[in-house]
Amino acid sequence: MPTDGFMYPNEIELQWSVLIVLYPFLTGLVAGAFILASLERVFRVDAVKPTYRLALLTALAFLLVAPLPLQLHLGHPERSLEMYLTPHRSSAMAMFGFVYLWYLMAVLVMEIWLDYRRDIVLLSQTTTGVKRLIYRVLTLGSSNISDGALAVDNRVGWIITVIGIPSAFLLHGYVGFIFGSIKANPWWSTPLMPVVFIFSAMVSGIAMVLLLYMGLNRLRGKPIDMRCVDTVAKYLFYAFIIDFSLEMLDLIHRIYESDESFRSLDFMVHSRLFLSQVVIQIFLGTVAPILLLGLTQVSRLSEIARKRIYALAGCLTMMGIFAMRWNVVIGGQLFSKSFLGYTTYKMGFATREGLLPAVVLTVLPFIILFVLVKLLPPWADEKTEPIARSAGVH
Amino acid sequence: MNLTRRHFLVLLPAAALAWESILAGTPEAAPNYQISEHWWGMLVDIEKCIGCGNCVRACARENNVPEGYYRTWVERYRIKEVNGVETLEVDSPDGGMHGFPSSDEPGVKQFFVPKMCNHCADSPCTQVCPVGATFISPDGVVLVDEKYCLGCRYCVQACPYGCRFLHPQKNVAQKCTLCYHRISKGLTTACCENCPTGARQLADLKDPKDPIHEYLRTHSVQVLKPHMATGAKLFYHNLDGAVR
Repeated sequence: MPTDGFMYPNEIELQWSVLIVLYPFLTGLVAGAFILASLERVFRVDAVKPTYRLALLTALAFLLVAPLPLQLHLGHPERSLEMYLTPHRSSAMAMFGFVYLWYLMAVLVMEIWLDYRRDIVLLSQTTTGVKRLIYRVLTLGSSNISDGALAVDNRVGWIITVIGIPSAFLLHGYVGFIFGSIKANPWWSTPLMPVVFIFSAMVSGIAMVLLLYMGLNRLRGKPIDMRCVDTVAKYLFYAFIIDFSLEMLDLIHRIYESDESFRSLDFMVHSRLFLSQVVIQIFLGTVAPILLLGLTQVSRLSEIARKRIYALAGCLTMMGIFAMRWNVVIGGQLFSKSFLGYTTYKMGFATREGLLPAVVLTVLPFIILFVLVKLLPPWADEKTEPIARSAGVH
Repeated sequence: MNLTRRHFLVLLPAAALAWESILAGTPEAAPNYQISEHWWGMLVDIEKCIGCGNCVRACARENNVPEGYYRTWVERYRIKEVNGVETLEVDSPDGGMHGFPSSDEPGVKQFFVPKMCNHCADSPCTQVCPVGATFISPDGVVLVDEKYCLGCRYCVQACPYGCRFLHPQKNVAQKCTLCYHRISKGLTTACCENCPTGARQLADLKDPKDPIHEYLRTHSVQVLKPHMATGAKLFYHNLDGAVR
């Protein structure tokens, strides 16, 4: 039975699919990873330094993929450039291209390039063949790595990070605004939406970098810097507390206010969204990781126990944040704007907006990250120094 | 008849003009349509609607509306009291296109509500369109430029009345155009023309002589979801408070 009760006849078919669920999920990871990176750069939290470069590369990998689900979703993808050429100024969505390009080109790529410039120059001198060519191109003709030049890089990089923090907030706050500003939809329409999106972005990005750092070090056979992961986990815990508080504030406000949509939405949460919202998002994806992370804050646990807890809490967090995006995007379309009925989301498999393209687009950032990590190693223990000296630089 | 080559050549342009006129259909009633002199809206009188579905069928025929999608539809509301509690049943099978199964249950308040785009003066759908493909014309009709629409469906989400859909073949947003191709020629909309009881009436809110405009000024009318502040121009007479 696809529908219950009464839906306006054009509402039966859902307009925004799993691909639109992916979009805020991916941009959230970008914003969160960048904010984690800025902890070290701007707020001088030295303990998280081992994750700094990895966080930047993670943000870039996910940012490159973020517009693809949107592109695939459009009825006329060949017209998408019109958003740049003839943007409609009153549209929140028209801002997407500009916010995206600003964040990609003016913040993330610039910061990564400045941070890696010294390494790129050294690698362009020590590698051979195609790799050498790639690194030479990446130097953009700037091979001065004198102390003075590097100091300038460092200073400019710091300024870009400072600009980048509000930009990261803008990127994901804007995604929240796209939903929060739709007054026709009471499930979305709340000024808290952009704020909730920002904090959930921080949670997801920090958890992703934590998992990647631990996972990749395990794969490389290198020891995990426990001071680093303890600090990252601590920030994840703090961000989670704020995120959860905001979501609860939204929930309590809705229950207390009980406007005309409340009964309809309440029924939806207790029926069609019960599994994804109450079980997966709230209990497994939010309360459980908060309790697990809280446990590491209040009791002295062994290193191995902490690692396992962080890994489990990180995985639960990713699941919870994905469920949150799902519940916002899909949940917001399951009920009728008449508040008299409900429809069902049927996801295809190998269709244009089906499960298969969604899985491919979820895996793609990891492939891009793999290439980026190979090209621009983020590890402090793999710095390209001695050979460079022998090449006569400095 | 003895038709010479000279006569044939003389008659040819005249025949071509006549053929073009036949193809164009009904001669224009208002060939000099001045866009700035109109501001269109519609009046629906709930008490006159019999739920026959003529309007839905006429709209689908006139505008080639794809099957399963609706530029206009009719809802049936049935309000009854069970053990002192008021219950509401609403249905719209196939958008009310083929009418409704008869129901003579006693003690039930039943009425039909024709729905369509409200052609809002402050329409949320035009506000959110990222490229301005959907817009309000100077005479107050919300339209979609099919050659420009991206198919992002943000407008579908933004419409509080569920009036928009994505055309399954053209992959662009579609909705009621208030039969713009007809009203700009001095005709009324297909739904109004085919309503047997006159429940739907096109109104020109800039024309003081328009009787429907006069009716709107002198009678109590209501719009759907007034709290949305969309400046809706689909006015209802005798609208029940239960209607959403």
